[in-house]
Amino acid sequence: MIYFNNVSKVYNKDSTALDDVTLTVTAGEFVSVVGHSGAGKTTLVKMILADENPSSGTVFIESVDVHKLKNKDLTKLRRRIGVVFQDFKLLENKTAYENIAFAMEAAGKTDKEIASDVPHVLELVDLSSRIFHFPHQMSGGEKQRLSIARAIINQPEIIIADEPTGNLDPVNTYEVIQIFKKINDMGTTIILTTHNRGVIDSVGKRVITLEKGKVVRDDKDGKYVI
Amino acid sequence: MTITKLRRIIKAGFVNFKRNGLISWAAILILTITLSVITVIILLQTVLYSSLNQIKDKVDVTIYFNVGAPEDKIMLLKASIEKLPEVEKVFYTGAEDALKLFRERHSNDYPTIQALDEIKDNPLGAYLNVKAKEVSQYESIANFMKSNNALVLGSASIIDKVNYHQNKLVIDRLNAIISGAQKLGFLIALLFIIISIIITFNTIRLTIFIFKEEIGVMRLVGASKMHVRGPFMVQGAIYGIVASVITLILFWPATAWLGRDMTNFLGLNMYDFYLSNFFQIFTIILSVGVLLGMISSFFAIRKYLNR
Repeated sequence: MIYFNNVSKVYNKDSTALDDVTLTVTAGEFVSVVGHSGAGKTTLVKMILADENPSSGTVFIESVDVHKLKNKDLTKLRRRIGVVFQDFKLLENKTAYENIAFAMEAAGKTDKEIASDVPHVLELVDLSSRIFHFPHQMSGGEKQRLSIARAIINQPEIIIADEPTGNLDPVNTYEVIQIFKKINDMGTTIILTTHNRGVIDSVGKRVITLEKGKVVRDDKDGKYVI
Repeated sequence: MTITKLRRIIKAGFVNFKRNGLISWAAILILTITLSVITVIILLQTVLYSSLNQIKDKVDVTIYFNVGAPEDKIMLLKASIEKLPEVEKVFYTGAEDALKLFRERHSNDYPTIQALDEIKDNPLGAYLNVKAKEVSQYESIANFMKSNNALVLGSASIIDKVNYHQNKLVIDRLNAIISGAQKLGFLIALLFIIISIIITFNTIRLTIFIFKEEIGVMRLVGASKMHVRGPFMVQGAIYGIVASVITLILFWPATAWLGRDMTNFLGLNMYDFYLSNFFQIFTIILSVGVLLGMISSFFAIRKYLNR
């Protein structure tokens, strides 16, 4: 489903984020990408979203080279991908309801669909009581659950979670990972970057280890080994 | 679906405007200053033009005729001068009227009146006051008097003198001052308008800069450029509407004061001008405000929308 062909990203002579990365992610997989800070995890996921351009190599989603897409087509592609960030990246000026409604509006959903689906997804991530709260009125765990709700609302084929548990306590981390597992069980491909050993070991799925921009390990039922 | 999208964009614009609070009011304040500058320029240009017109009105060319010149010949010349495209008006003053005016003007000058009484006959001839549409056109009117066309009418024998050549220096200087004042006025107005527009654009750019991260997130969740940009443009339009209403309200008491206390100095009643041209001023200020707000937002956000 996702193919990286000899992808490199060089910012300058002393800073190589990705170094000749070649890998494949098949549909429905749960892939964890681990590595120290600066190993290239975030750059790797940004490449899938075409939020970064490679210095060399290509990234394909199915048969489409994402970096050759025109603006309009890229927007359409991004609607097929849900994104969760470590720092949540919620729209601070919008309530929980509006944050999710915005993603649905972007996908061209009708008012009726929005009115029926938003409360439902908020219930799914246990935020029904926070429906009209702004992000700044929520805890870190609640914000992350809200960003997951936003990522899954349009039933994307892929979810990219960039260190989603980085700012969370163990209880919230556990909850968030359980949500991802459930989503994956429903057939959605998940790419999760983390450096949390507990998370990797509890997921028990494929682990790709990055070191200085290179893939140094790719285990099917991996454990956290660095 | 397009109507739904438009409705959502407009609604988001209003909601953002309300929620941004202080940022919105800061932008409105700057836009109000810009629109005030533009209103002041409109009013100053009016004062300038009205003063220049008053000065222009004082300039004319007088054609003096010999004593006893036949009126029908003078009228023939008057009719041919009136046909000139440069001429606005021609006033005829007969010999009797000229004497009457002379007496009125010199009513306190006893020796002159006495000398006139001594002569008994009217020593003054009739004259024509010629007003040109533009100060710069007096020369061509004076040239016409010298030309064959005027001479054919047999007017050479009846014309005593044309005072253009005596007034030439004053007229030329006045002409230079008027065109200089108009050019300077235009340049200063243009400069102030450009500065105000730049300041407004930068203020709106700053308000959008605050939302730089959010714009990136919106794009990442798949929002189209218009879906992101639209609400900011609506906000820009709201800034323009509110700022123009504030500006026009502020100028109400300001022009009333100018009308009450400064009419003599300015040469026209500002309050009357403001009220009688309110609709035009309102249209200009509102259009400039809304366009400035929307166009500034459109360009300010462009940088953050790429990819």
